[in-house]
Amino acid sequence: MNDDTTTDRNLADDAVPDCNETIRELDIFLDGEISEAQRDAIRSHLDGCMDCLGAFDFHAELKAVIATKCQNDEMPPDLLSRIERCLAIDFDGDGEIG
Amino acid sequence: MADQADFAAEAMQYAPQLFSGALRMTRNRSDAEDLVQETYLKGYRSFHTFTEGTNLRAWLFRIMTNTYINSYRAKQRRPDETELGDFEDLYLYKHLSTLQAAGLGRSAEESLMEMLPDTEVKQALEDLPDNFRLPVILADVEGFSYKEIAEMLDIPIGTVMSRLHRGRKAMQKALHDFALHRGLVSEKS
Repeated sequence: MNDDTTTDRNLADDAVPDCNETIRELDIFLDGEISEAQRDAIRSHLDGCMDCLGAFDFHAELKAVIATKCQNDEMPPDLLSRIERCLAIDFDGDGEIG
Repeated sequence: MADQADFAAEAMQYAPQLFSGALRMTRNRSDAEDLVQETYLKGYRSFHTFTEGTNLRAWLFRIMTNTYINSYRAKQRRPDETELGDFEDLYLYKHLSTLQAAGLGRSAEESLMEMLPDTEVKQALEDLPDNFRLPVILADVEGFSYKEIAEMLDIPIGTVMSRLHRGRKAMQKALHDFALHRGLVSEKS
C-alpha cells in the first residue's frame, strides 16, 4: 500500500485474485477508492472465501465503529454564538471582518 | 464566486463536525474551540474564493487542517514523531482470532466493538503521531477521499494511503491493548 501504482498491477480484469491479492486491496475496497473492475474481482473472491470475507466484514465494522465513536462530542453550547458574533467584528480596524 | 453574506447560513451547519475533528487534532477542548472559531473567521474572509456548488465541508476542513498544522501543531509540546511502530497487517483481527477458535465467533467481535468505550477509541486515535493521525481523522472519521486528503495535507495520494495503512494498524494495536487491559480479550485462548 505504499505506492498507488501497485493497485492495478496484479489484478487483471478477468482474473479472480487469490487471498493475498485480495487482502492487499482491503483498504482501497473499504475506502471506496477501488476501480469497478477491481471491486468486482474482489467480490468474486469474497463470494467463495469465508476467511477473507470475515476480515473484510471485521474491518468494515471497525471503520464504522471508529467513525461513530469519534464524532459524538458535544459542542460547547455558546460556541456557535461566539463564532457568529466574531463574524461581525472588525478586530483590527481595517474596515473588514477579522 | 460565493457571496460573503451567505457564509454563515451555509457554513454553520458543519460546526459540530468541525468541532469533533478539531478535538481529535488538538486533543484539548479549549484549543479545539479556538481552532473552529479561527476556521470560520478565515472561511468568512476568503469565502469569495469558494466555488459555489463544490464541497463546502471539504473546503472548511481544508482551512481547519492547514490552520492546525501551521499554528497549533507548532505550539504543542509533543514532538512531531514521524516514527511509528510497525505492526503486522490485520493486527486486531488476527489477535481476535483466538476468540473465534474458542467458538465465540462474530458475536465476540461485535460485543468487543460495542464494549470498547468511546473514550478509549478516541484515545487510540489521539495517541497517533500527527503524520498518521490527520489522515486517519480525515478518512475514517470525516469520510474524505484520498484525493481530498492529499490536497488538504499537501502530500501525494500514495503517501496518504501508506500513512492511513500504518496509522490504522497502530490504532488497532492500541485498541487491542486497551481491550486486553480491561479483560475484554485474553492473551491466549
